[in-house]
Amino acid sequence: MKVGIPKEIYPHECRVAATPDTVEKMVKLGLEVIVEAGAGDASTFADAAYIEAGARIVDSNAVFAEADIVLKVRQPMARAGGAHEADLLKAGSILISFIWPAQNKPLVDRLAARKINVFAMDAVPRITRAQKLDALSAMANIAGYRAVVEAAHHFGRFFSGQVTAAGRVKPAQVLVLGAGVAGLAAIAAAKGLGAVVKAFDTRPVVREQVESLGAQFIEFKFDEAGEGAGGYAKQMSDAYLAAEQALIAKHAAASDIIISTALIPGKPAPVLITPGAVTAMAQGSVIVDMAAEQGGNCPLTERDKVVEKSGVTLVGLTDLPSRMARQSSELYATTVLNLLKEMYTAEKGLVIDLKDEVQRGAVILKDGELLWPAPAPAAPPKPAPGPAPKAAAGNHGAAAAPANVKKSSGSANIVAGLAAILLGAAAIFGPPEFIQHLTVFLLACVVGWHVIWNVTPALHTPLMSVTNAISGIIVIGGMLALYSSGPGALILGGIAVLIAAINVAGGFLVTQRMLKMFRK
Amino acid sequence: MIATIRALAYLIASILFILSLRGLSNQETAQRGNRMGVIGMLIAVVITALALLVPVDFAAIPTPEWSLVGVLGGALAVGCLIGAVLAARVAMTSMPELVAMLHSFVGAAAVIVGVATYLQPADAYEAGRSAHLVEIYVGVLVGAVTFSGSIIAFGKLRGMIGSRPLLLPGRHIINLIVLTACVTLAYVFVHAEVPWPDAGAGLFDAGMPALLIMTGLALLLGIHMVMAIGGGDMPVVVSLLNSYSGWAAAAAGFMLSNDLLIVTGALVGSSGAILSYIMCKAMNRSIWNVMLGGFGAEAGAKPAPGAAPAGKVTETNVNEVADWLLAARHVVIVPGYGMAVAQAQHAVKDISSLLIEKGVTCRYAIHPVAGRLPGHMNVLLAEANVSYDIVKEMDEINPEMPETEVVMVIGANDIVNPSAETDTSSPIYGMPVLQVWKAGKVVMLKRGMSAGYAGVDNPLVYNDNTAMLFGDARSSVQKLLAALRERSA
Repeated sequence: MKVGIPKEIYPHECRVAATPDTVEKMVKLGLEVIVEAGAGDASTFADAAYIEAGARIVDSNAVFAEADIVLKVRQPMARAGGAHEADLLKAGSILISFIWPAQNKPLVDRLAARKINVFAMDAVPRITRAQKLDALSAMANIAGYRAVVEAAHHFGRFFSGQVTAAGRVKPAQVLVLGAGVAGLAAIAAAKGLGAVVKAFDTRPVVREQVESLGAQFIEFKFDEAGEGAGGYAKQMSDAYLAAEQALIAKHAAASDIIISTALIPGKPAPVLITPGAVTAMAQGSVIVDMAAEQGGNCPLTERDKVVEKSGVTLVGLTDLPSRMARQSSELYATTVLNLLKEMYTAEKGLVIDLKDEVQRGAVILKDGELLWPAPAPAAPPKPAPGPAPKAAAGNHGAAAAPANVKKSSGSANIVAGLAAILLGAAAIFGPPEFIQHLTVFLLACVVGWHVIWNVTPALHTPLMSVTNAISGIIVIGGMLALYSSGPGALILGGIAVLIAAINVAGGFLVTQRMLKMFRK
Repeated sequence: MIATIRALAYLIASILFILSLRGLSNQETAQRGNRMGVIGMLIAVVITALALLVPVDFAAIPTPEWSLVGVLGGALAVGCLIGAVLAARVAMTSMPELVAMLHSFVGAAAVIVGVATYLQPADAYEAGRSAHLVEIYVGVLVGAVTFSGSIIAFGKLRGMIGSRPLLLPGRHIINLIVLTACVTLAYVFVHAEVPWPDAGAGLFDAGMPALLIMTGLALLLGIHMVMAIGGGDMPVVVSLLNSYSGWAAAAAGFMLSNDLLIVTGALVGSSGAILSYIMCKAMNRSIWNVMLGGFGAEAGAKPAPGAAPAGKVTETNVNEVADWLLAARHVVIVPGYGMAVAQAQHAVKDISSLLIEKGVTCRYAIHPVAGRLPGHMNVLLAEANVSYDIVKEMDEINPEMPETEVVMVIGANDIVNPSAETDTSSPIYGMPVLQVWKAGKVVMLKRGMSAGYAGVDNPLVYNDNTAMLFGDARSSVQKLLAALRERSA
């Protein structure tokens, strides 16, 4: 099978869908790779490097005409004064690239007419297994980083605070709107440059991630949670939006740089930074509006341009990943390769399996038939209370695992039943004193149960030795026996106290010894 | 007056014990937790001693019986001294033995306290006579099983007794008979002539024979139960005995009407029970399966590894491994019991430090049942000064295996066995394992081609991307360290 890598024709698009590294891996899989001459030039991968990796260099028409599988970055589009890329594709071939089917309906129809099998990198489901082919996250990560670099470029001051002989410099205040992948990358980059970073997001669950990067999380309290299906944000009511804008305006006034990344899938970007909020910002401030392609989080932003409004620079660039073409090409090419590997193996060749969750999510057209959108993904799962029952590894596992689970819960019921019967018997026949002790005992069991579950597994050995020590409390039993007036009390009690004391001292001291060794 | 103070002190001690266990929830607070336990214990012992010395109230302070005070002080002092010496001397690799030994002490103390309680004239218990007798009986029973079971566990961990399970024919029936005998004897015991209220029973009066016979049977039961369990299941057994020792202390609390003992016993009992549960989960087996299954047995009966699906084994040497390690960006080290046996943790730590210095991301992956005690590997690595930040649990590290270039497995086998996921006929099928085979390269340090404790052949060694580095773990690791130093100098 032949894999074709065309040169991207979108203006200023510098990325490429395969690097010499991924080409080499495809060749190892038994694929033949053809690369359009100069495809990697803009991202600094020379043709020679592709040849060395085992590819053949061809011209722009041959790459489409020969390939069974075409890997691209941007969706197919019309060439300047020439044919449309979609028409150049071999009928029945496979196309893997960004497609954005919701925005590009005519293109999808065009591809359908040619009976192309289309897989969209932007439609890969956001599930754990598919993380390594999540091109959107990979690009968002780069874009977030680059957004900070762009901001730094237009910002006429240091990011980090400094005390110089010429005076004290205050650190830049950076506000990041939206803590998705791009937002988090921007936080990390801005922190790395030494800025003081605050981040805002409607989803309270991201607070931990924000704080783990050293930024301050701006809390927004309103009676609507912002997390929708698949971990993306969802659209909110008007009153909600107004309250949100007011809060952002307040924080914007104190910020030097705003990186805004708020997007809602398939909808125009929400307006978060009102024109009023922009005027309130200090002269020389910078706003990088990463949502410019979807209309922008600030209405003053102009798409693909850098403009200045009331002393504030607004950056509306939409090609941030492309501005770091080598890096983005490497990551994008890897995700594309990973998707290809989902369907192509050296042993079985190409198998399109629409029962597979990943392929089903990514497929747009199969033999020209429209299969998009895939059935909606399930709502984000609540964190499971404990380790979930082990997912069956491979297909063989399915039967065995659930059977075990059932069995153990069955025996738990039996144990609980027996305990209930015993307790009932004790309540009827037992003396009051016994019941009182039983109450204490059961309560202590419950407390123990809760306390122990919190113990980190790394400390299980110290836990054992410390429980050893405190179960040496039986020394008290020995002491009571020692003081009783029964025969042999002195001997029996003495021995009990002796060995229990060994436990107490040995347990505590060895625990202390172990714990001292644990260090960061 | 004294009784109120005592009750209050016991309450404080109980709370301190709970806080002590809670402190162990993470490394930062663990030391403080341990100190709280010490304080709780001091309070409990001092108050009990005072209450005994000053029996009624402060009005009439009797002359203390100096012989008693002497015995008490002497026993405490000697016991603490022995304990301190043991704690100071034990090697971290021998922790499992120490823990097992300490369990046996609690069991023995419970037996002795039970017998002593039975011997004393206790008119106070007249009201709930049968209940009290049952409490004594149960306390002695649990204590005896804990005692003998722990002794056997100690022997097995020490290597004095073979780690292979001893499976007597009809062993379930034997257990059943012994248990039935114990229940029957309980009836005899409770209905025997009352030794009270005169000056106390003689050693062979009334229910004493029944109690002692049962003690003997319970000791046999403990021995038999632990003998039937293989070496690889020791983490479960040790936690289970931990649990038993707690229940024994709680039973002693019931018979002495002492709430502090009940609370502490219950805490320890639940702790051990939870640990056993976690360990069983980690092996995908139920507790009954571990206790009754005679696991190693079926596997032992299988053909020896030589006859098993032999494949090509790639052997390597330290120089090659050193090159791989230095060329990698992500390295994961999987330590197992073999590292503990060979005392190789310090050299392993030096390797990881050197790699980190060279910019390699080097981390440790710990399987829940690696070693012979829950958390055993963590303690060994901590002893070798490995930062606990880079010591990861199985669930944390498994998703990252595909991105890892080199995995170094040191003296571990069953916990990295891929047949646990693929081969339904394997005895360890379904056990969660470290998925090292997903990494680019696996280096296994082993003494030879023998199978792990489960006696199961490991197909991992025949994989193309697996290379074997044969030899004693310690000397291999030291040679590897030398090779790494030479290259990076």
